[in-house]
Amino acid sequence: MTLRFEDIQVGDSMPSWSRKTSFAEWNRYAAVNDEFVPFHMDDAAGRRAGNEQGAFGMGNLRYAYIVNALHDWIGDEGTVREVGCQYRAINQKEDTLTVVGEVTDKTVEEGEQRVRLAVNVLNQDGLATCPGHAVIVLP
Amino acid sequence: MTENGLTYVTEAMRAAQGAWTGERTAPPITETDIRRWAMATFHPEKPPRIYWDADYAATTQWGGIVAPPDFNPFAWPLERPRPTAPGLMGARPDGKSLTGMNGGQTDTYGVPMRAGDLVSERRRLVDWWEREGRLGHTLYVRNEIEWRNQRNEVVRTRLSIGIRY
Repeated sequence: MTLRFEDIQVGDSMPSWSRKTSFAEWNRYAAVNDEFVPFHMDDAAGRRAGNEQGAFGMGNLRYAYIVNALHDWIGDEGTVREVGCQYRAINQKEDTLTVVGEVTDKTVEEGEQRVRLAVNVLNQDGLATCPGHAVIVLP
Repeated sequence: MTENGLTYVTEAMRAAQGAWTGERTAPPITETDIRRWAMATFHPEKPPRIYWDADYAATTQWGGIVAPPDFNPFAWPLERPRPTAPGLMGARPDGKSLTGMNGGQTDTYGVPMRAGDLVSERRRLVDWWEREGRLGHTLYVRNEIEWRNQRNEVVRTRLSIGIRY
């Protein structure tokens, strides 16, 4: 079913979207993004970089999770127009990351029906690791 | 500069502000690049059909397979560009080089990327500011990175914040 502009209200939440992350996910992301940074691959390098728990995940992968969560919600007749975020906390091994979002505005601009959201990526303890925003376009 | 007169801003940064630089073009995008990217970022779930099923993709608003918005056509360069952006340099008063961190980014997406596209990049130093934070004196540098395709359509505009302390 296509998500439509008139179906959305300010204050609505988007469906949450989760992934458990560890080397299986980080290594796949490193392979496609050519992001073989030692502190993402190796516990000793992670500790040298100041993270006692060892290797840690890529900010870019959390960004991808926000984009993917938006896509899975709006489908192929919607468009992701803008995504922004700040990296505030580390993605540790075996974390379950959950993308959440809430509609903050609806506008019609430049001929597009745009929905603005506040988004974040929470870990399993509810820690907000990646506050940001997104703009989607809906039919 | 802050009240104590300390600044990490360099003459090279002032000279470079606003000027486009670093132009380069990525190798042509392939459907395999797109499918692998989507498989990696949706793992362990199967990625959406728009990223790998041409027959399905033809029925959507896009009319064919498109890349995920966050797809990076510049991954795996044969020649790795050396980071030359002003603002990556500078030294602390104790003589140690500055530590860098990714402060975040905002991407605005134009037309989607597709197999066969040749994406070109250029970048410029937009502005900067400094403050005393929990990491001590800290410089925030904002860069703009623009991607266009072979038809000169904007694919993505990124505003990226680099942190130096």
